[in-house]
Amino acid sequence: MTSRGQTTAMGVSDQVEGYPAVTAPFGQALVEAGRRRSDVVGLTADLGKYTDILPFAEAFPNRYFNVGMAEQNLIGVAAGLARTGFVPFCTTYCVFATRRAYDFIAIGCALSRLNVKIVAGLPGLTTGYGGTHQGIEDLALMRAMPNLTVIDPCDATELAQATVAIAEHDGPVYLRLLRGRVPAVLDPAHYRFEVGKARLLRDGADVALISTGLMTQRTLEAAAQLVTDGINAAVLHVSTLKPFDREKVLALLEKVPAVVTAENHSTSGGLASAVADAAVDAGVRLRLRRVGIPDCFCNCGSIPYLVKRYGMDTASIVAAARAVLSESTSLRAAPTLSREHST
Amino acid sequence: MLTMAAGKGQGYIGQGLGFADLLAGLYFHAMRYDPKNPSWEDRDRFILSTGHYSIALWAALAEIRVLSLKELSLYGADGSRLEMSTLDSTPGVEITGGSLGHGLGQGVGMALGLRLKEKQSRVFVELSDGELQEGSTWEAAMAASHFNLGHLVAIIDCNGIQADGPIVLNIEPVAEKWRAFGWNTQEIDGNDMEQIVTALDQARRGGRQPYAIVARTLPGKGVPSIEQCEKAHFLNVTHIDWNEAIRELEAHHD
Repeated sequence: MTSRGQTTAMGVSDQVEGYPAVTAPFGQALVEAGRRRSDVVGLTADLGKYTDILPFAEAFPNRYFNVGMAEQNLIGVAAGLARTGFVPFCTTYCVFATRRAYDFIAIGCALSRLNVKIVAGLPGLTTGYGGTHQGIEDLALMRAMPNLTVIDPCDATELAQATVAIAEHDGPVYLRLLRGRVPAVLDPAHYRFEVGKARLLRDGADVALISTGLMTQRTLEAAAQLVTDGINAAVLHVSTLKPFDREKVLALLEKVPAVVTAENHSTSGGLASAVADAAVDAGVRLRLRRVGIPDCFCNCGSIPYLVKRYGMDTASIVAAARAVLSESTSLRAAPTLSREHST
Repeated sequence: MLTMAAGKGQGYIGQGLGFADLLAGLYFHAMRYDPKNPSWEDRDRFILSTGHYSIALWAALAEIRVLSLKELSLYGADGSRLEMSTLDSTPGVEITGGSLGHGLGQGVGMALGLRLKEKQSRVFVELSDGELQEGSTWEAAMAASHFNLGHLVAIIDCNGIQADGPIVLNIEPVAEKWRAFGWNTQEIDGNDMEQIVTALDQARRGGRQPYAIVARTLPGKGVPSIEQCEKAHFLNVTHIDWNEAIRELEAHHD
């Protein structure tokens, strides 16, 4: 009998192999933001330990509020703090922020453009706790909300930079959190996060790999593997989903014959949809394969098992690139939207 | 208010008239504000959680000259800032209200923020009895006592009506619920000015507990023809002779 993977306990990260790891990059960066700005306050809804905000709580105990298991109130209280001139960072999980507190984010924060930062853990397949805890459609929900800025950072480097950047950015923000020991894939000496800007991490003319969030880690690996096939892939990392960096995406689409998108989220309503929208609006014909979570709630299990099962691993990105390039050239005349996920 | 509703042909006039005495107590007795500078940092905050009671707030803000009496004729008109439901872009309005269950949570946040800034300002939150059916109200109520927000006052306007008619899901005993959540609680006749002023004075005494005023109000108070509209949530002009209503209200105040 072969040994099986195991669902791991809360707070354990499965994604540190092969890269230097940073512990609690969000919490460390929030302490830095709190030192720079005395108006930064921290809130959580009984998930302080699990959203890496405790370094801030220890550094600024008077500026930290735990409102208990009450996500609607978490956002409402943050809105009230913003109305008295503070910059509240509130942490919970993606599923609770978006599914439970949507009305409070919409009316309490976005409608009035209040300066509330929502930092949401367990995006996509970063937990093995199944459909109750995996944020698989949060980007779709948050992208649909007017006035909101939506960010899915790649790694520890970008998460830390984004935390400091959104403290300075006036307006409501939804930031996906990577917690615990988080790999640093991007070099902090060279990478610079800017709200609303996509970054070309690798140039190539054969196929465009457009990715967001932690899928950019795997997309870079996929691009390196494709070289052995003689395929030169460009990698465009779009960490801000809204506002969407249409210009940079369209500039890349015009250079390459085919596109693969990769996101740690449902293939519907997130990055793939944003790319397709931009292409349609600009009249650009597109051959597109989408790597992401199919339209289903996912099972419990270990992260490597889930990532493979739902077609979210590096091999799935490589396969999608090969597939989209091998489609007959006659297809180039017709726009094709297809999806890629192994079973 | 009657003129506004008559101009528009409709409005939440029953609730507005029922809550008007409490607004008078707040703006002419309890609250500290500067009509010339509605966003004065040290002001006391008043949150109208039921944004659709805006008709009463516009009248009060006109009485204290934050708005002009003349502008009231634009209530609910296209392009007017005196909307049927409050937007925070209108001077004197603290939050965008109307989606019920939002007011108290934002009030808790404001009270925390004002305390962090070491302001002496207080926060008054109006909420309705129907709004007590929203779970978020109780999340906020629990937090307010946990954080010892003694400068936060909730005024629960118990007028006995909600969208589908008389209170559709039992909320009683209201005062006991607030006490159980750790609030210093007083139940009053919300249309009796002496009781209103006494309760607002008691709420000022400080201490660590937030203060709840459970105010029993009569929708349409002061206008018998509206008081008699059986539990009307939203009144249309066809049911009311507005000129007669104004005469009734004037007679009530003579």
